[in-house]
Amino acid sequence: MATKASRSAARVMMAPAVILLLGWMLVPLIMTLWFSFRNYQPLRGGDLGFAGFDNYIRFVTSSAFWPAVVATLVIVVGALAITVMLGVLLAILLDQPMWGQGVVRILVIAPFFVMPTVSGLLWKNMFLDSVNGLFAHLWKFFGATPVEWLIENPFLSIIVIVSWQWLPFATLILLTAIQSLDSEQLEAAEMDGAPVLKRFWHIVIPHLSRAITVVILIETIFLLSIFAEIFVTTAGAFGTKTLTYLIFQRVLESQNVGLGSAGGVYAIILANIVAIFLMRIVGKNLDA
Amino acid sequence: MGRIVLDKVSKRFGDVEVIPPIDLVIEDGEFAVFVGPSGCGKSTLLRLIAGLEDVTSGQIRIDGNDATNLAPAQRRLAMVFQSYALYPHMTVRKNIAFPLRMAKLDKAEIDKRVANAAAVLNLTDYLDRRPGQLSGGQRQRVAIGRAIVREPAAFLFDEPLSNLDAALRVGMRLEISELHKRLATTMVYVTHDQVEAMTMADKIVVLRAGHIEQVGSPLELYRTPRNIFVAGFIGSPRMNFIEGAEAAKHGAHTIGIRPEHIAVSSEAGPWSGVVAVSEHLGSDTFFHIHDSGLAETLTVRADGEVGFRHGDRVYLTPRDDQFHRFDAKGLRIE
Amino acid sequence: MARAVTQRRKTFNTALAWAVGLVIFFPILWTILTSFKTEGDAIAYPPKFLFFDWTLENYSIVQDRSDYMRYLWNSVIIAGGSTLLGIIVAVPAAWSMAFVPSKRTKDILMWMLSTKMLPAVGVLYPIYLMFIKLGLLDTRTGLVIVLMLINLPIIVWMLYTYFKEIPGEILEAARMDGATLREEILYILTPMAIPGIASTVLLNVILAWNEAFWTLNLTAAKAGPLTAFIASYSSPEGLFYAKLSAASTMAIAPILILGWFSQKQLVRGLTFGAVK
Repeated sequence: MATKASRSAARVMMAPAVILLLGWMLVPLIMTLWFSFRNYQPLRGGDLGFAGFDNYIRFVTSSAFWPAVVATLVIVVGALAITVMLGVLLAILLDQPMWGQGVVRILVIAPFFVMPTVSGLLWKNMFLDSVNGLFAHLWKFFGATPVEWLIENPFLSIIVIVSWQWLPFATLILLTAIQSLDSEQLEAAEMDGAPVLKRFWHIVIPHLSRAITVVILIETIFLLSIFAEIFVTTAGAFGTKTLTYLIFQRVLESQNVGLGSAGGVYAIILANIVAIFLMRIVGKNLDA
Repeated sequence: MGRIVLDKVSKRFGDVEVIPPIDLVIEDGEFAVFVGPSGCGKSTLLRLIAGLEDVTSGQIRIDGNDATNLAPAQRRLAMVFQSYALYPHMTVRKNIAFPLRMAKLDKAEIDKRVANAAAVLNLTDYLDRRPGQLSGGQRQRVAIGRAIVREPAAFLFDEPLSNLDAALRVGMRLEISELHKRLATTMVYVTHDQVEAMTMADKIVVLRAGHIEQVGSPLELYRTPRNIFVAGFIGSPRMNFIEGAEAAKHGAHTIGIRPEHIAVSSEAGPWSGVVAVSEHLGSDTFFHIHDSGLAETLTVRADGEVGFRHGDRVYLTPRDDQFHRFDAKGLRIE
Repeated sequence: MARAVTQRRKTFNTALAWAVGLVIFFPILWTILTSFKTEGDAIAYPPKFLFFDWTLENYSIVQDRSDYMRYLWNSVIIAGGSTLLGIIVAVPAAWSMAFVPSKRTKDILMWMLSTKMLPAVGVLYPIYLMFIKLGLLDTRTGLVIVLMLINLPIIVWMLYTYFKEIPGEILEAARMDGATLREEILYILTPMAIPGIASTVLLNVILAWNEAFWTLNLTAAKAGPLTAFIASYSSPEGLFYAKLSAASTMAIAPILILGWFSQKQLVRGLTFGAVK
């Protein structure tokens, strides 16, 4: 069904979405690029002229940069490891025959629907607080000294919060993938005498590899830019300043737009590297 | 009125020419059937007439008016699709009424026409059902109903019976033929089934690879096929083709003789061979003969009572006036 | 798939799964329970699970003091408005891609998805600046526009996959029947795609509702939605656990309920069809 009339109609109908997204992508991107080469500090005299690559150099040489990279990596890798591993186990568990499967599913998925500010705050106050938090109560019960989680173990705390939010996502996607596994394959392996662990390793995991890759890529893109969870818990203190948070502080708190924009360009490049891999997988699927 | 004229109409998809320039006239009130093997461009040709595809060059005229660049809706044509393409979210009544609603007819007129169409097609009891609750034949009738209420200049059918089982297909074939007699409206019908073409058509258009191989009435095509392709495509079982010395005797490169024009006996005849398979249909029997020295297999039709078996030697007598002669290019020699 | 499962194994699975499920759900459960406690009970040691004086006073206090309804209303407008606007822009685009595909369709689709990968912080200042210039800072209109744009790729994508499942012949039939393009989309495509459109709306309302970068950075008191409302509890007010819990419960309850209905669509929408 493609006549000239329908093709031109298609072009017209696609235009609003394409133009909006093009504008949404290009205008801010060009502005960010522009600012990144300017010495632009709105509160200290505004645009103070061309800066060359100064901002880019200053951003990576500042004392805050490497700790921010480390913080970002620790949080992303930590949360990924936890959500993928627990996600696989949980997906397999939920795939087993049981009573009340639907309800369990709902319980497991629930954290994904909790807004980031809420999950940040409820963990910070009701669980991790060293006086009234539940963990503190638990420690006291066993006679241990309660821990100031967010101060003493800031990374662990944030990884736990973020993992709690993203575990449902990983589980749900891996569960969907497992359910598409042909049970005859497993039965055949069982007939062939493969023990449980072998079956898991040689059949289930390879079958899940694609889904795991997708989970990793999508989570990475989201985790690289987590913001609210840090905003409401440590506000970047105790070494938990991620790249995203660092850029946010440069731009909005200290109003050094040029420097922050250079950081923004780094963040965009980083995200695009991950995105390329993701798009490849999605693109392959489009052909199928 | 519905006279459809294709004037040097062609269609390319990118670099591929699916239909080379074609000239064709479908007269008002005619039942024209496009027939050919799959991929021959018959559906594309129908879609060009419908306006669902653009022609690459040439002109389509409907009742003398240039319709080449008209939108499908403006051509006053109604189409019945292979998948029926019923609107699943609407009742039968709404499906049939849809084209009338689009034409902004008033409600009383719509109701009247829907009721009429439903009565004609035996759908009155099903008007408030949805397509999902109907059988294949009923869906087919709804699709036809949706087409006839518009009182179009011509009907276009795109392999409408191919999704039905064999018994229903025969029934619907009769219904469509009867509908054509009653409405006397032009119908253009696409099928790959030569039986449908032979039984329904006033005019058959045989297509191969986008080319029109022959246009004519069913009997013209049966009696005087213009080339080997048409000769082989029209008629069931297929015409026998014989090359070599036997053909040379008739002054041709290839000769063709239909199974029904060969008599079979156990005693004598100019040709002989061994029965490989015999298919008993009750009314007729088809013998597939090997080892005749003429062609790999010869197919012969005989009366239903004739009972040769696998391995029997039989003698064949072709009817001399029924030979079709073709030259080396496969064209008919008169 | 007829696999004999012993009752014992099923019992074990059930117990284990329920235990894990409850652990994961526990923070939410605890928040909901705490919201019904007095402040004293909320921080009592040992913690009180079910045997405390149930009270609704936290809810009324939160409402009286922080004008919960205004934030809620902002959230509804922003999530609903951005989704609705997104659907209006995306339906024609998805129609084009699904029913009049060209060689570039796939590229356009991929490019649209790639805009979704742009880290927000990279373009924070330009957007912030434009919002000031256009007077959109701390307005619901501004947030509706931004959230529409960030979710548009997902909306287009989801609608595209749903539309692809509708046979093109039916739309052609409508065209033969005299429907204009507008009528074809309005009377045929949209009603047929209602389940898909509903799932798309659901998922995008959830995503917009929980969006917590732009909603925090582009609003102040006036247009702040519930994400901002809760963020205001990160100050010492957060130490009033019962009230924090009541506020949190109110912020997440609507979306938790919607979310439970949309589990399946979630996979489709968030993996861009890469997992089926």
